[in-house]
Amino acid sequence: MCRVVDLQQAVLAKNDACARLLREDLAARGTAVVNLLSSPGSGKTALLERELTLARRRGIPVAALTADLATENDATRLARSGAPVKQVLTDGLCHLEAGMLGGHLDGWLPQETRLLFIENVGNLVCPASYDLGETLRVVLASVTEGEDKPLKYPTAFGLAHLVVVTKTDIAAAVGFDEAAFRAHVEQINPGVEIVCTSARRGEGDGALLDRALAALDGAPVHVPVMTQQHSHPEPASVLDPNSLVQSQS
Amino acid sequence: MHEMSLALAVVDQIDGAARFERATAVSSVRLQVGELAGVVPDALAFSFELACAETVLEGAELIIEQVAARARCRPCTRTWETGMPPRLTCPGCGGADTELLSGRELQIVSVSWHDAPRPQPTHQER
Ligand SMILES: Nc1nc2c(ncn2[C@@H]2O[C@H](COP(=O)(O)OP(=O)(O)OP(=O)(O)O)[C@@H](O)[C@H]2O)c(=O)[nH]1
Ligand SMILES: [Mg+2]
Ligand SMILES: [Zn+2]
Ligand SMILES: [Zn+2]
Repeated sequence: MCRVVDLQQAVLAKNDACARLLREDLAARGTAVVNLLSSPGSGKTALLERELTLARRRGIPVAALTADLATENDATRLARSGAPVKQVLTDGLCHLEAGMLGGHLDGWLPQETRLLFIENVGNLVCPASYDLGETLRVVLASVTEGEDKPLKYPTAFGLAHLVVVTKTDIAAAVGFDEAAFRAHVEQINPGVEIVCTSARRGEGDGALLDRALAALDGAPVHVPVMTQQHSHPEPASVLDPNSLVQSQS
Repeated sequence: MHEMSLALAVVDQIDGAARFERATAVSSVRLQVGELAGVVPDALAFSFELACAETVLEGAELIIEQVAARARCRPCTRTWETGMPPRLTCPGCGGADTELLSGRELQIVSVSWHDAPRPQPTHQER
């Protein structure tokens, strides 16, 4: 017989449960994850190279996992810092999911690691939906991408704990309007901090590392409006009388 | 495009539940997709059809309820539709202490399926 079953399950339930477990496991050993999101080529690897090098110089145990569809180039670049680095090839997938991480971390991530940086696949759409167990989600945009990037990718920017502007050394050349960029970010994610960096010139060196260490030590992390949907959403107008699905008592 | 991954997750969850309940065929699936869920409903519908192939969901209809994004200003209690791109600062007082009321839904609401006739009626049959 035909019946209608109320499932009420989040589509991302499995990923979210996996991410929660990962966050707890890592927290128990004193490690926090930093998830870096941006479009292809915004400068994730370049910024990370500097921050890893700085961390090593300061004696802070860090590690990095970098995801790409193909090539080990980013891992090779990051490994120059001397930090443990691992390349994840996603086999065509445009984003990382929490369930993909365990297998990569087991037996590789050094016990003493305090910060694990994850460079997500260069893509501002898909990775935004997947919690990777991070304590800090960082969304980057380079000055060449246009001030309205946050409006075009509201889910990515709306869920960020920290926004990083990259390549400020060429801001003047491309006519980057920082005030407009800041206003757009504020519209989507009120109150989120925005830091300006240049991996070329060294502006903002250590900003990412300092924020990540503070978060690891329990400093309050920004709570984006988009992550705190009211727990009792207004009932959406539901039943379409013509649809096949009818609720049953 | 992560809609394929999402469609596979939907099918996986429902397939599991259907097997557990010994359902023989799923006729429809109802999802709620918020305006700010970062999902393209058409892409999800397209992926869903592919993801259902050769499962108990084969041929199932996907009904997507789109949920508009609404926000509320805590200090001045004004509520508004955020629009797209969303405005999450208050259009009234300009404040930034905003509560999201709806728009991030990405939820399997209900499923309609056929149960196999069982030799002995159980409390689940109606
Ligand atoms: N001028 C300037 N160029 C930069 C800066 N940071 C990165 N670049 C250049 O931008 C290009 C892309 O940088 P990557 O660090 O590879 O960017 P990515 O975000 O890791 O790229 P994907 O991993 O492919 O998504 C390279 O040619 C870098 O040299 C910067 O601060 N200033
Ligand atoms: Mg890179
Ligand atoms: Zn994708
Ligand atoms: Zn207000």
